[in-house]
Amino acid sequence: MNILNSSNITTLEFDVLVIGGGGSGMRTSLELAKSGLKTAVVSKVFPTRSHTVSAQGGITCAIASADPQDDWRWHMYDTVKGSDYIGDQDAIEYMCSEGPKAVFELEHMGLPFSRTENGRIYQRPFGGQSKDFGKGGQAARTCAAADRTGHALLHTLYQNNVKEGSNFLNEWFAVDLVLNQLKEVTGVIAFSIESGEVAYLKSQATVLATGGAGRIYSSTTNALINTGDGLGMSLRAGIPAQDMEMWQFHPTGIYGAGSLVTEGCRGEGGYLINKDGERFMERYAPNAKDLAGRDVVARSMVLEILEGRGCGDEKDHVFLKLDHLGADVLNAKLPGICELSRTFAAVDPVYEPIPVVPTCHYMMGGTPTNIHGQAFKMSSSNDEYIPGLFSVGEAACVSVHGANRLGGNSLLDLVVFGRAAGIHINQAMKSGGGVADAGKDDIDKALHNLNILNESSSGYEVSTVKKELQEVMQNYFGVFRRGDYMEKGVAALNGIREKIENLHLIDKSAAFNTNRVEAIELQNLFEVAEATAISSLQRTESRGAHAREDYPDRDDENWLCHSLYDPTTKSLGKRHVNFEPSQVEAFPPKVRTY
Amino acid sequence: MTISINIYRYNPEKDKFPYMQSFEFEKPKRDIMVLELLNQLKEKDPTISYRRSCREGVCGSDGMNINGKNGLACITPLSSVIKKNKLDLRPLPGLPVVRDLVVDMTEFYAQYEKIKPFLQNDTPVDIGERLQSPEDRDKLDGLYECILCACCSTSCPSFWWNPDKFVGPAALLQAYRFIADSRDTKTAERLQSLSDPFSVYRCHGIMNCVSVCPKGLNPNEAIGEIKSMLLSNKKNQNIITSDKAG
Repeated sequence: MNILNSSNITTLEFDVLVIGGGGSGMRTSLELAKSGLKTAVVSKVFPTRSHTVSAQGGITCAIASADPQDDWRWHMYDTVKGSDYIGDQDAIEYMCSEGPKAVFELEHMGLPFSRTENGRIYQRPFGGQSKDFGKGGQAARTCAAADRTGHALLHTLYQNNVKEGSNFLNEWFAVDLVLNQLKEVTGVIAFSIESGEVAYLKSQATVLATGGAGRIYSSTTNALINTGDGLGMSLRAGIPAQDMEMWQFHPTGIYGAGSLVTEGCRGEGGYLINKDGERFMERYAPNAKDLAGRDVVARSMVLEILEGRGCGDEKDHVFLKLDHLGADVLNAKLPGICELSRTFAAVDPVYEPIPVVPTCHYMMGGTPTNIHGQAFKMSSSNDEYIPGLFSVGEAACVSVHGANRLGGNSLLDLVVFGRAAGIHINQAMKSGGGVADAGKDDIDKALHNLNILNESSSGYEVSTVKKELQEVMQNYFGVFRRGDYMEKGVAALNGIREKIENLHLIDKSAAFNTNRVEAIELQNLFEVAEATAISSLQRTESRGAHAREDYPDRDDENWLCHSLYDPTTKSLGKRHVNFEPSQVEAFPPKVRTY
Repeated sequence: MTISINIYRYNPEKDKFPYMQSFEFEKPKRDIMVLELLNQLKEKDPTISYRRSCREGVCGSDGMNINGKNGLACITPLSSVIKKNKLDLRPLPGLPVVRDLVVDMTEFYAQYEKIKPFLQNDTPVDIGERLQSPEDRDKLDGLYECILCACCSTSCPSFWWNPDKFVGPAALLQAYRFIADSRDTKTAERLQSLSDPFSVYRCHGIMNCVSVCPKGLNPNEAIGEIKSMLLSNKKNQNIITSDKAG
């Protein structure tokens, strides 16, 4: 195989590149479709195969359908509290106040929302939702299309991109970022999975919309494609990642299979029971019970299991009880869950409870950005942007989820910030924004990793190293964490680093070579895992999803801040949390109970 | 006990012709999905190519021909398809093979785009959402859930024969999804665009689409609805024409 360099690969030139064809990427591209800017969506799968498709319960937003008095400020309060106070309040304010506009836009585009009797969008209760700033009881704020909201949303966005004539590079895989001498991002190296053709995709603005990386764990609700490709690329390029210790474990992954069972099940009245049939959440969260924050519910479940009250022969899971809701409600409101549970748990929820266990679900951390999607670099005091680089959706850390995301806020994040980034890029490009060209050496540098892989004649097998990595993360960086264990985990990762740099690409062919794709995906997973491990070890407190046995309390004095992982030194810095919303008073930190 | 798995192999750079490759596989103790079986085989032979993503039947990536019937590998239990300890895995029929179990879906997607798969309604909405009664919304059930896996269209002899002119069950189901949507105002135009002899009328009710749909949807019924709407349109037009003539 020839060594790839800047003179033997094609250059394709664009104004804007959107890497990733999920919800956030396609909302960005939709915004840009009418701009006249030459935009391409680069997606390693056909867009409707993206992981947004698996979102079930809904999109949380104060559209005041279930409750005409509902107020986006209440949603904001819940989100700030849910984040355990390290969500940026300017961003949360923007998301909650702009949310209704973004949701109504989706409806106008054709999203088949479920409806109320008066024809409005149906909303269901979700965890962590309240009325009147936590004082008015449970709210019902999650807009739903049965339990297939993600599917409906993703297809609607794809359909409208088709309508507007967006340009897609489907089944193209982005390998590495290209940076010029000014450290501006000038595009990516990518290859067509179908033909193997490698190209420099040159761009004035590159948007990472590559989603999460749940596959760093062996047990996850995430699709097989969730390998953190954008973060992998940016970490290799020396760009920092924020709050990487914050991983959400969803309370209800199907035991054994990992498939998600929506929180909407509990919103519709389902609840968790232990082996004695006890509704144990009443003990852990007397008010919100099964609809407490996800971190709280997941930890309670693990404690039940650790204390011997788990279900099954191994006592290693609990049950989600739904049968009391009746066949009619289950078939109308939760048809997808019934289907999944019959397929993957061999259980019909109309008659029997579903075996569930906390399962890695969502990456709260990511590339730090402002509300326009502009990515930040490491800097000592003030935030400084990286020209040419943007990030949106789960890949980004804007940060609206802080230390724990509320259910239904992820889909809202995608459409609100996808739209915001599109608007900003359009304006910036039209007022002369852009980046300088990259030189030959810069392009060759970005091809380096791909060349090494293509030239490998021996080394480690991708599938073996992947399993090893996932086991380390699962064992040492799970729901509960401990310093001495995590140190072992970090040491184990140091050992795996050598293997990651010496992978053997067994299949060298050009056409639809999934061995090559999986090798690079594994390298991306590793970068994300390492950032997670080091950030987790160094945040010496418990906050939101990050629960340490050796530091069980929240430490606002030292850690009311974002962590900022620097991949060049493998060290952890701190970044301020925004407490300056523009339309309301900031919500100050309080003890977080449900 | 071992089972024998035969996989369709074709790498355009190496193989003049496709061939079936046999793998002897230890029969798993618990029932596994066909996708998991493929993943385990790929660990042994990383050159096997297939698409997969969500692994739970909602993304539509891993449609393939499993012992003669199209289905999604990720939600097809091995026990439900294996016959005499033998399993044949082939790409979806009727589309060009890119490599192994991966087909070129260009024509399938082109038919989808042809039916204008997006809501059309030129009346602006001042504030909030368009209202829709739960009854009208119910009409979309069984239609909007399509995952574009192509299991139906590639099991349809009419689509094999005229993939460029017959829209095929998947895209026709989506055509009807928008016709049935009370918010869409372009029913007449949608029907008009399907009124030629090929787009919809090449469906002869063979029903393969219904028997293979992994989501339990019924494209045949939707096609029937379109046909009867076209027919009553034609009748109306005839009445109008004869009125004019009279």
